[in-house]
Amino acid sequence: MRFITIDKKNWAKGIGKSRETYRLFGPVKDKNGCLIKPLENDTLPDMTYPDTVMSAKSVLFPQTEKMLFTSLDESQKDHHIMKRTATDYTPRAVVGIRPYDAKAMELVKLNFDTVDYRDPYWCDAYDATTFIGLGINTPGPFDFSTSAGSGPFGEDGLDVLLADLDDTYLAKVLTDKGDAFIDACGFYTTADETESQMLLDILRKQAEKNIVSHMDTTRLKEKTILELYEAPFWEDISFSCINCGTCTFVCPTCWCFDIQDETKQNISDRIRNWDTCMSPLFTMHSTGHNPRGTKTQRVRQRFMHKLKYFLDKYDQGIMCVGCGRCVKSCPVNIDIREVCNIMNSYEKQD
Amino acid sequence: MNTCINKIRELSFELLDKGEVEKVIGFANGTIPMATSPIAITSTKDIETLVFNSTCGLNLANYIRQHKGKIAVIAKGCDTRNIVTHIVENQVQRDQLYIIGVPCNGMIDKTKIASLFEDDIIEFSEDGNALTVKSALKEETLNKTDYLRQNCRLCLHKNPVIYDALAADLVEEQTLESPYPDVKKIEAMTPDTKWQHFQDLTKNCIRCYACRNACPLCYCPTCFVDESGPQWVGKGQNTTDVNTFHFLRAFHCAGRCTDCGACVEACPMDINVRDFTRKLNKDVFDLFGWEAGLDITKRPPLDAYSPDDPDDFIK
Amino acid sequence: MENPYMPYPVRIDDIEIATEDKSLKTFKFIFLNKEDEKNFSYQAGQFAELSIPGVGEIPIGIASSPVEKGFVKFTVFRAGVVTSHLHNMKKGDIMGIRGPLGNWYPWDKLENKNVVIIGGGFAFTTLRSSIIYMLDPANRGKFKNIDVVYGARSPGMLLYREELFEWEKRDDINMHITVDGTDDPNWGYHTGFVPQIVEQNAPKADEETYAIICGPPIMIKFTQPSLTALGYKEHQIIMSLENRMKCGIGMCGRCNIGKELVCKDGPVFTLEELNQTPKEY
Repeated sequence: MRFITIDKKNWAKGIGKSRETYRLFGPVKDKNGCLIKPLENDTLPDMTYPDTVMSAKSVLFPQTEKMLFTSLDESQKDHHIMKRTATDYTPRAVVGIRPYDAKAMELVKLNFDTVDYRDPYWCDAYDATTFIGLGINTPGPFDFSTSAGSGPFGEDGLDVLLADLDDTYLAKVLTDKGDAFIDACGFYTTADETESQMLLDILRKQAEKNIVSHMDTTRLKEKTILELYEAPFWEDISFSCINCGTCTFVCPTCWCFDIQDETKQNISDRIRNWDTCMSPLFTMHSTGHNPRGTKTQRVRQRFMHKLKYFLDKYDQGIMCVGCGRCVKSCPVNIDIREVCNIMNSYEKQD
Repeated sequence: MNTCINKIRELSFELLDKGEVEKVIGFANGTIPMATSPIAITSTKDIETLVFNSTCGLNLANYIRQHKGKIAVIAKGCDTRNIVTHIVENQVQRDQLYIIGVPCNGMIDKTKIASLFEDDIIEFSEDGNALTVKSALKEETLNKTDYLRQNCRLCLHKNPVIYDALAADLVEEQTLESPYPDVKKIEAMTPDTKWQHFQDLTKNCIRCYACRNACPLCYCPTCFVDESGPQWVGKGQNTTDVNTFHFLRAFHCAGRCTDCGACVEACPMDINVRDFTRKLNKDVFDLFGWEAGLDITKRPPLDAYSPDDPDDFIK
Repeated sequence: MENPYMPYPVRIDDIEIATEDKSLKTFKFIFLNKEDEKNFSYQAGQFAELSIPGVGEIPIGIASSPVEKGFVKFTVFRAGVVTSHLHNMKKGDIMGIRGPLGNWYPWDKLENKNVVIIGGGFAFTTLRSSIIYMLDPANRGKFKNIDVVYGARSPGMLLYREELFEWEKRDDINMHITVDGTDDPNWGYHTGFVPQIVEQNAPKADEETYAIICGPPIMIKFTQPSLTALGYKEHQIIMSLENRMKCGIGMCGRCNIGKELVCKDGPVFTLEELNQTPKEY
């Protein structure tokens, strides 16, 4: 671990230099809001944005991703034998990722990198990626990251944490990957470790103090799954839901996907697409039977997964980092903070 | 519109109190500024939760299907037109509904207001035509009429077209010299520009289907994009598949769309999907003189045969 | 397995119509690469994704038994897009198999125990695998009494008929074959629904007896009380579940019942485990 001071005058040059080694991703303003995108040509990451509409998850987990392919042409050797699709896993870096989005990567990793199986697409992308986070000096009104195991200066999942000090960035280099990126940028002005850490702590405390949005998760663990599952409040919570996929698609921790075969001429690709537990198709059996056939069941699934199943399964906290995107984007304003508080304070009536 | 809520609550109270309806479907305050959320009230003690203001941009006709008993619904002009469409299309029976009509002065364009601020809005209030909007950095006082949604600015049916009671006095309807300025602008584009316009329009679509699911017309048990045998459309982010969804959905709404704007209101990516539906609304108006949801006795023109059909092929 | 999404290439070696209404066919597959067969080492009760390039994948229980070498077998009901396509494929066609996936019947726990196998309709595939496994001379000594209750709508809808009648003749397995109804005057086995046959013929439970159930939800629902009446405790009732699946390796998120993923933590659960979890199957 070390600290580096980056004069903002040198920022563009350093980022430019890093392109010799890295493919860069970062926040880019669009007419429809800010999104994490590949930083093409000389585009710099927009380090002033309040937040991106979509999280950074697509850098490792594109909404549509080719996995395998084969030829269906029987005159070809190896027809119908699937091969892995070639994907570029040369080093990439996400510059300006929010700390909660980086934390989300660590939660998603629990799903894709397990004792039994390693999802090679997600994991290879993860291994190739360096996360350069930007601490949030003034958290927005929807940021409840401190209630969700992250925070405006959280370090989980980051390789470098940047703190914006007006004329300079203070960079806390957290991992070897981070070291390599900072070197590739040619940033070398070392800052005093003790002083820098003190400064960072002050910034963190100030930022955390400015967080106005909270939820209480402290009692979720002690309740049983069935107690919460069978609780009477789900019907009311789900009434307004229109069962679109917005909450799941904007969520940095939602990882569910569908697998589809698509054929063009004689080449067939096996593709995965983001999927959503809000869709009735998600669980529909081929017989027509659907174990989560109603909207109430699906809304319950989403919140139970995030706030209870995940918590119980991994013992790594809840599957939410408090970014507030679902709260902001939900067309009918179903608010996870409210739902969480209802679940957390629920007492079963005997 | 601030006073109509008292009347809405009064009417709702009476209906629930006398047991005339099982529930009242209306709006409740949201948890964040400029947000309201559809809600069903079943008890008179919850009557104060009902609100009505310029942020109630969703269409409550989307919530009136598949209830067992009689329900009351709070309905703006466009909502009532979709209720008419629902009745015509047998999605609900007229006698199942108690319609509390709200003469409407338009809903606000939340995206346009948000774009005035660099940071998130933390407070919103309205008083008549005056909107007060606050972020951590600044406070703005705005004229509501300058920040109406585009569909509301072009609205020709602010008053409910069908109702059992009114929550306020009827408002004056506007007449527009050119009701489709937006469509005309696109129609005037060269094919290349037009193509690019629609490519740009859908390029950020994430296929969450919020537009479809917020739309009261989209009640098909299985939407064509979800059909698996045969599967008509790919489910990924391929541009052709994304556009196919939008084109076909719009066509399916032709002659039925009331331009309520719920699709745009719901879209998390701020895509003006009305660019598709509006063109079809205009065509149906030009060809058949038809506006959707005005007459409980008539089926939409693409759903009916008439000997004076303007197209030759049918004769 | 380096890439858990990569199917092993296989050739369809044989296709057999399994029921009189032709809704089920048994497919015998040979691995194109000999070493893949070794990698596809499985236990009775596991499933695999049958993978048809250009069409998709479908999770199916493995019907062949670990003691049968040189091939793998699956009996497939024609239901959706992938299975319909599979039913139209022919001998010699190349496709893929991905697996083995999921857990299996708890063979360690079942050693030195009485085992009652209860199956209905076309959910007899992994049970066939299990019976062949238990009856193998190398394994038969590991288990005490074996009882099998298997029912179908009619005699022609019973799967693996020849094997059933062979087992019927043996004295180291008690077969209770039944059909809902038949107009065959020579039908020499039971007539009646599975729950009723279980109640009348299955052994009473003691500490040493376990029941494995696999069948349509309605059969499972009505068989549970029969087993309870015979004294089976929740932990002695072992069930195999089905849910919609895609990845088969616990990642795509759709098949969960509570925090358990049917594809990876299951498909085999005891009733005791299932009673702790939402019944979303």
